[in-house]
Amino acid sequence: MSLRLRWRKFVSHFMLTLTGICALVSVSVLFLILGYLVFNGGTSINWAFFTRLPTPVGETGGGMANAIIGSAKLLLAASLLGVPIGFLGGVHLAEFSGAKVASVVRYAADLLNGVPSIVIGIFAYSVAVLPFKRFSTLAGAFALGLMMIPITLRSTEEFLKGVPVMLREGAMALGASKWRTITSVIVPAAYRGILTAILLALARVAGEAAPLLFTAFGNRFWSPGWRQPTAALPEMIYRYAGSPYEDWHRQAWAAGLVLLGLILIINILARTILSRGISVPRS
Amino acid sequence: VATAHPTLQSAGPVVGSRSFLSRLRDGDEIARLITFLFAASVVLITVLLVYELWINSALPRQKFGWHFLVTQVWDPVMDDYGALPFVYGTLVSSTVALLIAVPLGIGASIFLAELAPARISDTLQFFIDLLAAVPSVIYGLLGMFIVIPFVRATLYPALNGAFGFLPIFKGPSYGPGFAAAGIILAIMVIPYIISVSREVLLSVPRDQREAALALGSTRWESTWKVVVPFAKPGIMGSIFLALARALGETMAVTMVIGNTPQIKASLFAPGYSIAAVIANEFTEATGDLYLQSLVALGLVLFLLTFLLNGLARLLIIVTTQKGSGRGNQ
Repeated sequence: MSLRLRWRKFVSHFMLTLTGICALVSVSVLFLILGYLVFNGGTSINWAFFTRLPTPVGETGGGMANAIIGSAKLLLAASLLGVPIGFLGGVHLAEFSGAKVASVVRYAADLLNGVPSIVIGIFAYSVAVLPFKRFSTLAGAFALGLMMIPITLRSTEEFLKGVPVMLREGAMALGASKWRTITSVIVPAAYRGILTAILLALARVAGEAAPLLFTAFGNRFWSPGWRQPTAALPEMIYRYAGSPYEDWHRQAWAAGLVLLGLILIINILARTILSRGISVPRS
Repeated sequence: VATAHPTLQSAGPVVGSRSFLSRLRDGDEIARLITFLFAASVVLITVLLVYELWINSALPRQKFGWHFLVTQVWDPVMDDYGALPFVYGTLVSSTVALLIAVPLGIGASIFLAELAPARISDTLQFFIDLLAAVPSVIYGLLGMFIVIPFVRATLYPALNGAFGFLPIFKGPSYGPGFAAAGIILAIMVIPYIISVSREVLLSVPRDQREAALALGSTRWESTWKVVVPFAKPGIMGSIFLALARALGETMAVTMVIGNTPQIKASLFAPGYSIAAVIANEFTEATGDLYLQSLVALGLVLFLLTFLLNGLARLLIIVTTQKGSGRGNQ
């Protein structure tokens, strides 16, 4: 083997090993994050965290029960806004619309998907907070719901279009109307993919704090109904981490562990069990 | 109306043979109308978003004009506002992030697309997807309690000691600053670079690799001199996508950048970013000009990410179509 060839082979092995190290480093970050959160959050988490309200400033103890319920309420209301618009809009794009309408809607959805979450917050503030002159659960849910629309819409469209034409033709040949075909054949055939995408969208907005800062605002007490400001887990993590109190840092870690655990579990379940054999589009 | 042009039905068989009334009775036309309203609402919301940003930033646009972008003052007491420190902080922290994330991300995506067996590649990609799902506030938490101490105790003494004569490493460090924000942002955008670049690399036709190998190139030469150049526009797209994410990132940056509106050459000095100042001051902004200046910052951020995202999408589409087009021959 000539010296030159040996050198080239060495370079090849060296560089390819280097790319492997890059991949290893990138993936190990995930486990570092997980390990650190489990270590710090695991030692700080306790029963009170789930059942108690935050204590007055400076007093130790207490929990984030209100933020957990607040997050749940925000996500529920956000889904009620984001899922119907995204899903039915996606149905229209895949089944009814012409190419022109579809490209306009798709463009708008992609644009909305790229808007930074803090800008979504400004928008939600100006249409859902200012006119009513109050921060509220509904305003926060409005911001989060907007963020769910593009992912739901685009993936609904993709998965509906992926249903084999034979299925449609079979239903139509039996005399089913188009709408009937969609509801009883096409959507059932594509529902696992769509559900996966909706769950991933939900997991994504569950961790958002930025659009909540001036819509749901935060609350140290229970938030009755839908028209009061409310706490949410990510927003509490932000406020507690930036505080000067040791005990609040401890609770921020605990909240981080709970939030990340929830989000990762939703992701893993959706990506492995629900969507087995389906390639899920990335947001 | 729809009976006139049944060929417009993009998917599904032709239904033109049935009369409008029968389709109305079946609910087809109603379904079409209702789903259209939902699809149209997406466009409406997007237009409304741009409109609100524009209208609500009218005062600073009238008062400061383009000077808003190049003025350094941010003084709520004197009611005088300029965006420069925030634009600077956003750009510097994002640049640091890309300098770290691009080599790492592209290296990893080459490994995943070219070297690793499909099974390992898919498993690693699964973990990368999970990494992309970690909320930004958690990155911020880790940034405050891990990255900032690391910058203060390890990175700053090392770089300042070795390269302290360079302006970017000069001056004191308290921990929070452009460097800390850049490191956290790098970790956050790496998954995007890897996912998109891997997909783009996988779309490069097989015959390209085989031709290079057949001509006697080593594995690395075929990858670096043939496959990567072929996928270059798409990889650039992934970088723009990552940049757009980094520019708009709020919580993690707010928690580690130091929140000081100043322009310093040193990467270890505290700074501020557009998203961070909006997050911190929006609810406290008294007076219309103050609030609207923050909205104007939001508009700047929106336009920046809008342009970058558009460019990224275009590059990615061009590359993957080029790849699949060649593959079908």
